[in-house]
Amino acid sequence: MGYKAKFRVWRGEGGDGKLEDFTVEVNEGEVVLDVIHRLQATQAPDLAVRWNCKAGKCGSCSMEINGKPRLGCMTRMSTFEEADTITVTPMRTFPVIKDLVCDVSFNYQKAREIPSFTPPADVRPGEYRMQQIDVERSQEFRKCIECFMCNNVCHVIRDHEENKTNFAGPRFLMRIAELDMHPYDVADRKDAAQEEHGLGYCNITKCCTEVCPEHIKITDNALIPMKERVVDRKYDPLVWLGNKIFRR
Amino acid sequence: MERHEYDVVVIGAGGAGLRAAIEARQQGKRTAIICKSLFGKAHTVMAEGGAAAAMGNVNSDDNWMVHFRDTMRGGKFLNNWRMAELHAKEAPDRVWELEAWGALFDRTKDGKISQRNFGGHEYPRLAHVGDRTGLEMIRTLQQRVVALQQEDFAVHGDYEAYIKVFAECTVTRLLKDDGAISGAFAYWRETGKFIVFDAPAVVLATGGIGKSYVVTSNSWEYTGDGHALALLAGAQLINMEFIQFHPTGMVWPPSVRGILVTESVRGDGGVLRNSLGERFMFNYVPDVFKDKYATSEEEGDRWYTDQANNRRPPELLPRDEVARAINAEVKAGRGSPQGGVFLDVSSRLPAAEIIKRLPSMHHQFKELADVDITKEPMQVGPTCHYIMGGVEVDADTGAASVPGLFAAGEVSGGMHGSNRLGGNSLSDLLVFGRRAGAGASQYVDGLTRRPAVTGVEEAMAEAVAPLERGGGENPYELHHELQRTMNELVGIIRKAGEVGDALDVVEKLKERAHNTASTGGKIYNPGWHLALDLRNMLLVSECVAKAALIREESRGGHTRDDYPGMSPDWRRKLLVCSAPPDGSEVTVVEKEQPSMRDDLITLFDRGELSKYVTEDELAEYDAALAAKKRES
Repeated sequence: MGYKAKFRVWRGEGGDGKLEDFTVEVNEGEVVLDVIHRLQATQAPDLAVRWNCKAGKCGSCSMEINGKPRLGCMTRMSTFEEADTITVTPMRTFPVIKDLVCDVSFNYQKAREIPSFTPPADVRPGEYRMQQIDVERSQEFRKCIECFMCNNVCHVIRDHEENKTNFAGPRFLMRIAELDMHPYDVADRKDAAQEEHGLGYCNITKCCTEVCPEHIKITDNALIPMKERVVDRKYDPLVWLGNKIFRR
Repeated sequence: MERHEYDVVVIGAGGAGLRAAIEARQQGKRTAIICKSLFGKAHTVMAEGGAAAAMGNVNSDDNWMVHFRDTMRGGKFLNNWRMAELHAKEAPDRVWELEAWGALFDRTKDGKISQRNFGGHEYPRLAHVGDRTGLEMIRTLQQRVVALQQEDFAVHGDYEAYIKVFAECTVTRLLKDDGAISGAFAYWRETGKFIVFDAPAVVLATGGIGKSYVVTSNSWEYTGDGHALALLAGAQLINMEFIQFHPTGMVWPPSVRGILVTESVRGDGGVLRNSLGERFMFNYVPDVFKDKYATSEEEGDRWYTDQANNRRPPELLPRDEVARAINAEVKAGRGSPQGGVFLDVSSRLPAAEIIKRLPSMHHQFKELADVDITKEPMQVGPTCHYIMGGVEVDADTGAASVPGLFAAGEVSGGMHGSNRLGGNSLSDLLVFGRRAGAGASQYVDGLTRRPAVTGVEEAMAEAVAPLERGGGENPYELHHELQRTMNELVGIIRKAGEVGDALDVVEKLKERAHNTASTGGKIYNPGWHLALDLRNMLLVSECVAKAALIREESRGGHTRDDYPGMSPDWRRKLLVCSAPPDGSEVTVVEKEQPSMRDDLITLFDRGELSKYVTEDELAEYDAALAAKKRES
């Protein structure tokens, strides 16, 4: 059942590094993260990788496997041929600290720039009454495990460092949509979404939706509806185009 | 060396740590949150089922007294009754508070927070969001911290003026001055650089110890750090022999063995079957629970729709009972092909309903095991899930015996007695996180001077040692050996001889751990981090094994093959662990559990109590009841 797999893993600190080749044992049912752990235990004890739950619930082990953003813990080895060489690299959009670990502080800064949930002043804890159907829209977005793969894959910032200041990325544009759709949120978030957080940069290529391990429909359910809410005040040609193409 | 001054330092950023930090900041304290992982990744995200709180939204007969009784029963009456009381009384407010901070729980038809059934809870009680309640809780608390930072930014122009998160930072020693806490010593995982926190109060909220076992639902962070830090600082641990093996962990494929399968599967109608297709749990209802559980499948099934006239199915017994039953079925040769039993929801609910109620279970089995739980049963078996034992604290403030030290959540002990009910953990984190944050704030207010930081040199020498040794033991190998030993010899069923053997192994591993060597540098070096975590795992394993050897009875999360019965005399005894600052040897002493307050003990029937308590205590009960009758 077990076999020896060929792995190429990015090793290095800061800006410097290179792909290193390893041959490593793989057993039935294992995922890529298991193999990385075996490398640590047997060949490369200081190989850096983030992980926590190993069950797809915490979003720590984001990496690029054969160039695709994936959670290491949810990528089964059985999806590859035994002869394949599997290349594992850190997320490209964020600066590398060491090996597979990136500096993801960009995401935490953006989180802090979005005004928090703002309930009406006169509703006390315990008095909230909401229907299931009304909470479900925001609940979908709250499934987000903050793996940051949507921000990693988004071309607005993936190869455009200069856009990072003005663009919150799909994760946090979705957070704005989540709050805007929260039945009790009273803040007006539409102008800020467009002007401060760069909603207009999104041209709905849906790359974020494709990589989301929670299968959240980021583009269709969060970003496009948010663009529509903004468009009440501003004309956005992409919303017009989006409506033509995707016929919501 | 990097150095920071704070009023309160919270170690751990799970539910308890974040709630403690929020409280300290709300009381005007400069607060640091230190966590080993990124902010928002703590083990709390893995909690699935819900937070138990007697809000009475689904069944209005529920109230704090019913919840208190269920909690004490679940813990086999070994619980710190004051903690169980505070927990039952305050949990609803803590859940409602989350809602005011933006949490979106599933709803009832009349728009309230929905509540689901769970093992050991008499009424539907768990506030939940599908089967990802822990994620909702951690995100809400994380976002509350951010909201407070935004308030501070508006006033002071600095997000981190009053509350700052030190992520990917590990504390290796608590610092003291004249017997009281004066700070903490840590290293940054990212750079390996050291950092000193100068603070008169420390709240431990580091979670559990599962990484001492091979088969566990716990994440890598669960290396018993807070337990060990407390011991080494001179505090005591209680109830360390009680470890909860969650009955339903995944058993296949091997690499995911132990990953949790939520109890909600059973709460929502899932049943356990052996290889003969029998619902075997009907054969495992213990005497103390005989009158509370259904005796036929028909009655159990009717209970889901009519709880007033039927008793609950035995699949919903407390976790310790279900775990032992599964273990026994497998040992008797009636297990599933891959060494567990069958947990089936596919024949019980329509596929759409399963996906709606148990989305992450559906996803987890499909992605990791190629099993569609809407079409076929899961295979499950016990997994090391939770330690009931922890730092002995004052119920009201979370204060440990060392001045300035506080603890909340899984790292504290007492609340859950010998076995925790599902759903009582998330509410525990909120109730006692808040109390520990408040306790630490009040303690700081009462100080006349700031204690001075001492012991930094020693802490630094200890931390850097594995990197400076030219060669030595591989920390990964030591870790694997510890995990195997604890799993095989101090697992779900224990025998004196085996536990003794485990202690010998732990003793030898402690020697070898003094000689671990980590290759590579200080920058993000997991081999070095593990070498430092090993000290903690070994120390807590020694506590678990020593206490398990002394307690000659079976109760909750401690089952002794050689002492299968529950003993009323042992119920009155707590086993208290302590250790010298170098951690060289754990000592365990017995301590008497204080009697329950009269108004609490009289909430129980005499008949039920008589199954648990001594004759002396029954006499106390009779006197209390008589006094109560005279008053009314």
